[in-house]
Amino acid sequence: MSETLPKNNIFKVIGASSLGTLIEWYDFYIFGSLAVIIGHQLFPEDAGASALINTLAIFAAGFIVRPFGALVFGRLGDLIGRKYTFLLTLVLMGGSTFLIGLIPSYKTIGYAAPLLVLLLRLIQGLALGGEYGGAATYVAEHAPKNRRGFFTSWIQTTATLGLFLSLGVIVITKNILGAEAFGDWGWRIPFLLSIVLVVVSIYIRMKMHESPMFSKLKAEGNISKNPLKESFNNKANFKMVLLALFGATMGQGVIWYTGQFYAQSFLENSCKLDFNDSRYILLWGIAFATPFFVIFGSWSDRVGRKWIMLSGMLLGILFYRPIYQIFLDDTDFSKISQNDILSSKSSPVISVLIPNSSDSLRTTITNVILKNGASFNKVQSDTVSVSKGLLPAKDILKDKILPTPIFWKFVGLIFFQILLVTMVYGPIAAFLVELFPTKIRYTSMSLPYHIGNGVFGGLVPFIATLIASFSGSTPLSGLWYPIGIATLSLIIGTIYLSNKRDESIND
Amino acid sequence: MNTLKKYLGLVWMILGPLAMIFLFIQAVDKVGLTHTEIERTNTILQWAIILFIFTPISLGLMIFGFYGWKGEYAKLPES
Repeated sequence: MSETLPKNNIFKVIGASSLGTLIEWYDFYIFGSLAVIIGHQLFPEDAGASALINTLAIFAAGFIVRPFGALVFGRLGDLIGRKYTFLLTLVLMGGSTFLIGLIPSYKTIGYAAPLLVLLLRLIQGLALGGEYGGAATYVAEHAPKNRRGFFTSWIQTTATLGLFLSLGVIVITKNILGAEAFGDWGWRIPFLLSIVLVVVSIYIRMKMHESPMFSKLKAEGNISKNPLKESFNNKANFKMVLLALFGATMGQGVIWYTGQFYAQSFLENSCKLDFNDSRYILLWGIAFATPFFVIFGSWSDRVGRKWIMLSGMLLGILFYRPIYQIFLDDTDFSKISQNDILSSKSSPVISVLIPNSSDSLRTTITNVILKNGASFNKVQSDTVSVSKGLLPAKDILKDKILPTPIFWKFVGLIFFQILLVTMVYGPIAAFLVELFPTKIRYTSMSLPYHIGNGVFGGLVPFIATLIASFSGSTPLSGLWYPIGIATLSLIIGTIYLSNKRDESIND
Repeated sequence: MNTLKKYLGLVWMILGPLAMIFLFIQAVDKVGLTHTEIERTNTILQWAIILFIFTPISLGLMIFGFYGWKGEYAKLPES
């Protein structure tokens, strides 16, 4: 059936599925990209680093519930069909994102603010848990059997393009409004804007037809009565769910989120790069690497899925630490000599009384421009104590702008990391679709995918930041989490997975 | 290769509970290091999330190991 589908039809199917998935990823990513600003809005001003970690925990909560969304919506998808299920997930996702843009800050409603955002994040996570499996299954069930990797890889590009779109909207909004207004209220705009995209996507999806394989199964009265039971209570199927999780999706998840998310978080929080600079680097890296999703997806149709995915994991294991060490070394402006400085200009000293004390905090911000084109702000925060006199604190160098050659070097390093993402992620939809039979495919493939991506991958920023905050840790310590998980997945995948494909999925 | 799959099954069966013991020890250690009540609440919350998530996954790893040990992966459907 799928072999006779006209070519323009399959691209309509891909376009409609991909647009919805792209918007869902956009909705999901703006939260992660704005974690620092949202943390300031949702938690008390004196929360410090725990505001970021707690915001990342709320962000992570959205990932944690994805497997439950996979179960709920996967079951619906196998019972009532692919089309209506992933229409519903789109509405839930878009509605939640819009509402996050309307939530009052901690100053207005106290701890109700983070709790409401947590609730909406959970709905987002559930919806995303149902979305991806539906889109991948829907496209795969329309695709010719020898081009399944190629066609489903278009779905795979949406996760990266969603991040690209979210970063673009954030950067443009911030540049139009200015940093202060953006931090105060402008961060809400990217959330509110998503409703327009969702309405367009719902309109397109309403016009889609049900998957031909599912329609055939339904017409023959062969749809599963209880997809959850058949997926997980059947040993032959459940063992494949576990194999897919530990041998592929677990490693793929950490490679993906390290390259796309932790890299940005690291550049911003550990290297203290300027907000725009860190995002421009990622935007360029994504723009150059995105076509490789389709290249590796298509290649996997010819050489098999296994070794492409596992090679991506291996390269990540070998190169993450050297890459992040370069990030640290090249942004270490504390070692510059006086000769490197082109100009330096200090802003007026700000003195603030420390609450419940007669001491005050004196802050001076000096903007330093270097001869090589780089610049940064040096923040000196000294305590003026009535009893002990001046207590100088360590200077903080932040808002760093890189010289052009280093900027492009960083783009290259991000490109390389996202290239690894395309290796592990490009072929995986086809890989998962081919593991499971049609009548329980949506349910069966969604669970390992979302545990691998949502739980192992989605927790990378949270766990890596947490590990790096332990006493005795270095800024690179957080990388042991993705490296360890990818190593385990690489070993299991190498030994247990087969490189052969089940070409016929019409069962 | 099938012998390797089988004996590595034992490793996964052992790795599951070992990972949980390690995480539990880490949780107790990190909560004990906190200085203020707010820090303690945050740390407990963070580690509760980690333990909640990884407990069923480690159980899954044990089941995977058991299947490996029993030779369930000696022949896959596509091979």
